[in-house]
Amino acid sequence: MAQFVKKDDDRDEEAEYSPFLGIEKGAVLQDARVFNDPQLDSRRCSQVITKLLYLLNQGETFTKVEATEVFFAVTKLFQSKDIGLRRMVYLIIKELSPSSDEVIIVTSSLMKDMNSKTDVYRANAIRVLCRITDGTLLTQIERYLKQAIVDKNPVVASAALVSGIHLLQTNPEIVKRWSNEVQEAVQSRAALVQFHALALLHQIRQNDRLAVSKLVTSLTRGTVRSPLAQCLLIRYASQVIRESSMNNQSGDRPFYDYLEGCLRHKAEMVIFEAARAITELNGVTSRELTPAITVLQLFLSSSKPVLRFAAVRTLNKVAMTHPMAVTNCNIDMESLISDQNRSIATLAITSLLKTGNESGVDRLMKQITNFMSDIADEFKIVVVDAIRSLCLKFPLKYRSLMNFLSNILREEGGFEYKKAIVDSIVILIRDIPDAKESGLLHLCEFIEDCEFTYLSTQILHFLGVEGPKTSDPSKYIRYIYNRVILENATVRASAVSTLAKFGAMVDSLKPRIFILLRRCLYDNDDEVRDRATLYLNTLGGDGSVVETEKDVKDFLFGSLDIPLVNLETSLKNYEPTEEHFDISSVPKEVKSQPLAEKKSAGKKPTALGAPPAAPTSTVDAYEKLLSSIPEFSTFGQLFKSSAPVELTEAETEYAVNVVKHIFDKHVVFQYNCTNTIPEQLLENVVVVVDASEAEEFAEVATKPLKALPYDTPGQTFVAFEKPEGVPAVGRFSNVLKFIVKEVDPSTGEAEEDGVEDEYQLEDSEIVAADYMLKVGVSNFRNAWESLGPDFERIDEYGLGPRESLSEAVNAVVNLLGMQPCEGTEVVAANSRSHSCLLSGVYIGNVKVLVRLSFGVDSSKEVAMKLAVRSEDESVSDAIHEIVAN
Amino acid sequence: MESCPSVKNILLLDSEGNRVAVKYYSDDWPTNSSKEAFEKSVFTKTQKTNARTEAEIAMFENNIVIYKFAQDLHFFVTGGDDENELIISTVLQGFFDAVGLLLRGNVDKKEALENLDLILLCLDEIVDGGIILETDANVIAGKVASHSVDSGAPLSEQTISQALATAREHLTRSLLNV
Repeated sequence: MAQFVKKDDDRDEEAEYSPFLGIEKGAVLQDARVFNDPQLDSRRCSQVITKLLYLLNQGETFTKVEATEVFFAVTKLFQSKDIGLRRMVYLIIKELSPSSDEVIIVTSSLMKDMNSKTDVYRANAIRVLCRITDGTLLTQIERYLKQAIVDKNPVVASAALVSGIHLLQTNPEIVKRWSNEVQEAVQSRAALVQFHALALLHQIRQNDRLAVSKLVTSLTRGTVRSPLAQCLLIRYASQVIRESSMNNQSGDRPFYDYLEGCLRHKAEMVIFEAARAITELNGVTSRELTPAITVLQLFLSSSKPVLRFAAVRTLNKVAMTHPMAVTNCNIDMESLISDQNRSIATLAITSLLKTGNESGVDRLMKQITNFMSDIADEFKIVVVDAIRSLCLKFPLKYRSLMNFLSNILREEGGFEYKKAIVDSIVILIRDIPDAKESGLLHLCEFIEDCEFTYLSTQILHFLGVEGPKTSDPSKYIRYIYNRVILENATVRASAVSTLAKFGAMVDSLKPRIFILLRRCLYDNDDEVRDRATLYLNTLGGDGSVVETEKDVKDFLFGSLDIPLVNLETSLKNYEPTEEHFDISSVPKEVKSQPLAEKKSAGKKPTALGAPPAAPTSTVDAYEKLLSSIPEFSTFGQLFKSSAPVELTEAETEYAVNVVKHIFDKHVVFQYNCTNTIPEQLLENVVVVVDASEAEEFAEVATKPLKALPYDTPGQTFVAFEKPEGVPAVGRFSNVLKFIVKEVDPSTGEAEEDGVEDEYQLEDSEIVAADYMLKVGVSNFRNAWESLGPDFERIDEYGLGPRESLSEAVNAVVNLLGMQPCEGTEVVAANSRSHSCLLSGVYIGNVKVLVRLSFGVDSSKEVAMKLAVRSEDESVSDAIHEIVAN
Repeated sequence: MESCPSVKNILLLDSEGNRVAVKYYSDDWPTNSSKEAFEKSVFTKTQKTNARTEAEIAMFENNIVIYKFAQDLHFFVTGGDDENELIISTVLQGFFDAVGLLLRGNVDKKEALENLDLILLCLDEIVDGGIILETDANVIAGKVASHSVDSGAPLSEQTISQALATAREHLTRSLLNV
């Protein structure tokens, strides 16, 4: 009701305006009684409906009772022959969205209208009926709808087709039966009928790639009248291109000529759709791009903002992958920097930043500085990101770019914006050594007056890492200690840590740092005091200048190589006993959640032997499960559990998968079995494993499964002994043995006697990757440096002809079973070389880092250079052996 | 991208950002308050721009919004992030011109509220559940006007072609007035 009160306030102003002034729901509902008059005043009825619609439109809601009352009253209006009133009736029925028992009241009226001679009635009745109907009613009216699709009146046909598109979501099986009629409508001479028919036909067939391909082939040759339909066709054609290019790598693109032809269409929307489709083609060549870029360039100088926006947005995307192709447009782009529409200006600037050359940077920066003050934060972030990548591209220009960043850092801005700037400066400091000192000072100045606790702590931490390594670390101390005096507890605590880091790393500063830390012992916050006490004691705060021991440094400032989630769960599970909590018992496995989800989604639910537990808890669950089995409890700490590997085809009688659990001296196979036959009960289920092809393994225990009823997953285990710490590999053949008993499906009772039977499973394997834990590192370069070159092993390998570079990278990553770092597992399309960083922990808790460099030649021969660093010479060699084999 | 072009909402607001008529076709704004919040942010961010001669464009919360103003009426059409801007723009132009025809060139809030039934029918004829029904202003206005209660002539006698003729006449007149 708020707006009505408000309207009263400025009555003077609005009195002459609104016919709805002072409107009230109660009064309008009273008015709705005129619908029941025996002599209908259609004009008056229309006005009341308009008022009701106005109320609904303003966000007013009707109670269930009110809505029902209005609905029933409205149904009376079907008696009137007034077309205008009828249209309002249709409208309000759609707005009221009646419940299914109410729908029945209007069904017959609407069905009558559907078969009326008046086209307007037919079209609208179809739309209303399809909107409010449910599946059962739909079968009754299906016949009429099929007729309507091929109706000679285009409005009626469109109404039926559009309703079909909506109904396909809820009743696909019914709508799919209409495809003959829809196919006929695709050939319609009416432009929009063709558009709607094409949309529906494609949705009906979208899962049938061949049919879609045929549809596109036939239509691209024929004539498509409506620009909208043409846009659809372009989308479908690019879908076909995308799917077919996966099959044939080399051949020419099937529908490229069609797309290029559309660039000369007379409708701008078609031209743009085609140009955009071309720029988004997988691995598009610059020859293919050129005509699309040319038309987009023309759009850039259009008088219509929408055209300019569309063109510059698309070119901006192209600039990320093919900067050279866009350089031709640079002159047009530069004129857009002063565009009235700020979105266009921002997109133009960022495109220029991506495509510009080194000499133009300074000029461009000057233009941007003027422009930054009057755009919104979200655009500023886009600009900052673009500047960061520019700086990495032209490291020599760091001075002007760093200046720009520090200037905008001082100006007003929200958290996200400031964070983007700080992140950019941090990245520049890391990657451009020359920029370090000036960058750190800019950050120091920023935290002197920073309202965001998060950013202050981030910067303090970063100062602690980088500051001590600079030529004059003492100059940062003042900034840091100021935080201890001026800021809130969170920032104070991290400032204390940073001070301590300087103290530990720079011996000459130690006495002074200790004085400052001692002052923090009187802080009124627990955390700050605790930190200060800890650092003073561990760093030897008795005032003498002593060399801090390496262990202490590692303890205080070493990186925690355990995922925090895992530590959290372990701490929660820990019960206070005599035994102290052991941090080495925390599993180090990084769970790649999205991957696991994808895998399980692809499988049939019944084929999943193990209950599909949430990936975050699987390792803990396995650990609990295994330690609860007495035979395996002596095996010690679980090193790694593999993902389930299917040993049966999907949809066979018995679904079995295996999880490999690796211990120091043992390997346990956990077979997850599911019985998919309702008429059977399996008893004494075991897997008989033949390890003759795995010489180093000796079977030590099996744990059979007593009973396996229908559709209830169960587990059986087999354990092997293997030489301690040795990454033994081998192949195991598996046979499922059991006693099968018939079950009466009606009673669920099993027969007394069973028959022994067996079922051949696929082989399982222990491979080298099973001994590798995926453990990521946050900063690969630091980790690499800190491991040192002592146990570095470098060698080169030829991988032979491969389908693509990314396929080769994936193969090696999977072979090693290591965690790709910093997103390096992604290979840019069309690149000829790639480097990939991997990290992991090898059995025996040995940290391993790998640098892979790949190159591919024109005949798709892939060569690889493999550099391994680890804490143990033999492990470095072992990694090379894995690849060599 | 294989999907059919779709419209997320059509808004007609007054010069203070209040609703004249709005229609939402997507679930992105489930409650009335979220709808109002969207309208408010769109209105305030576009208020100062000049969208009177040519339609303007902006991005909000991963949507593209194309808008045009006439007198004290603000017309908006919203589409998804990766929608073809020119298609959305065509819808806006269709809506804008059809309203111009239906209000006989007097495109302002007073006239729009007095003929709210026509505006609502007009929205109903442009988009159905997010799918574009018609973008040609003359056809849209023709469909709406031919059903109008208040179109003077007895309804049964007025055909679509007559309505179109009237509509065209209005268009010329409105063009001359500008």
